[in-house]
Amino acid sequence: MRKYWWKILSILLLAYAVIGGFLLPVPRLPIVHESIRNLYFHVPMWFTMVVLFVISVVYSVKYLRSNHLKDDLYALCFASVGVVFSIFGMITGMEWAYYTWPADTQEASFLWTGDPKQLCAALCMLIYLAYLVLRGSIADYDKRAKISAVYNIFACALMFPLIFIIPRMVPSLHPGSDGNNPADPNHLDATMRMVFWPAVLGWILLSVWISTLLIRINLIAKKEIIYADVS
Amino acid sequence: MQMFPKSYAFLRNSLLAVIALLLPVWGFAQDSTAATAEGMRANGKIYVVVLVISTIFVGIILFLIYLERRIRKIEKNLH
Repeated sequence: MRKYWWKILSILLLAYAVIGGFLLPVPRLPIVHESIRNLYFHVPMWFTMVVLFVISVVYSVKYLRSNHLKDDLYALCFASVGVVFSIFGMITGMEWAYYTWPADTQEASFLWTGDPKQLCAALCMLIYLAYLVLRGSIADYDKRAKISAVYNIFACALMFPLIFIIPRMVPSLHPGSDGNNPADPNHLDATMRMVFWPAVLGWILLSVWISTLLIRINLIAKKEIIYADVS
Repeated sequence: MQMFPKSYAFLRNSLLAVIALLLPVWGFAQDSTAATAEGMRANGKIYVVVLVISTIFVGIILFLIYLERRIRKIEKNLH
C-alpha cells in the first residue's frame, strides 16, 4: 500500500476528471461552447510532457555524474513516454483547433493551421525525436549514454522557450498569447479549476506509472548490460 | 479446469467485470419505446458519452494493472 498509493490516487483523480469533466457546469463561451471541456484533456497532455522531459533531464545529469547505465535508461524511458504524450497533445490540439478556430483567418481550413504555438510544439517534438534517433545511431553503450545525456540537456533547454516563451511573443490564436496570462490563478473559472488541476495531477501520475513499467521491463531485458557495467 | 494460463485469469476476470458493468446499458436498449428524459437519456445524452469514455478509461487502467502484476511476477522470479 505504501508503494502504490499514488497509482490509486492517479486512477481516482482521472475518474473524477472524466466524470466531472463532462458533467460539471462550464462557463457559456462563444465559439468554443462545450468544447472548452477539452481543456481537461488537451492541456494536461502538454503539462505531462513537460514534467516527463524535466524528470528525464534530471536522470541525464545524474548519469553524467555517476556513469551508471541505469540512470541513462531512466532518462530514455521518461523521454519516450514524454514523446508519446506530446503526440497526444498535438493531435488533440489539431482536432480542437480544426473545429473552433475560424477558417477564414487561416491560409487553409486544414488540420495544420501553422499557428506559432503549433509550430513551436512541433519543433519541440522533432528535437526529442532526434534524441531517440541519436541514441539509435550509436552502438557503444557508454558513448551512446554520454552523448545522448548531453543532447538531452540541450533539448530540455530548448523546450522552455519553444513551449512557454516564443508562442507568447507573437500573435497567436492559441490562448496564452496576446496579454492573457494562464499562470494567473484567477484566469480560469473557479468550477473549471476544480476539475483542471486534479486532472493535471492525475495525468502526470499516470504517465509516471507508465514510465516506471517501461523502465522495469527494460531493467529485466537489459540486466546483463546494466548491472555488469557498474564501474 | 485450468483452461487459461494463470496470468490470463486476471485479464479474463476484468473483462467479465467490464461486461457486467455494461449490462444495465443493454437493459436500457431494450425498451426503445419509452420517450422519457431520464437516466441515460437526460441532458442531451451526455451520460452516454461519460459511459463510453469511462469504459475506455477502465479498460486502459485494467490493462495497466495487468502489466504491473505481470512485471512484478517476472521481477519476483528473477530474484
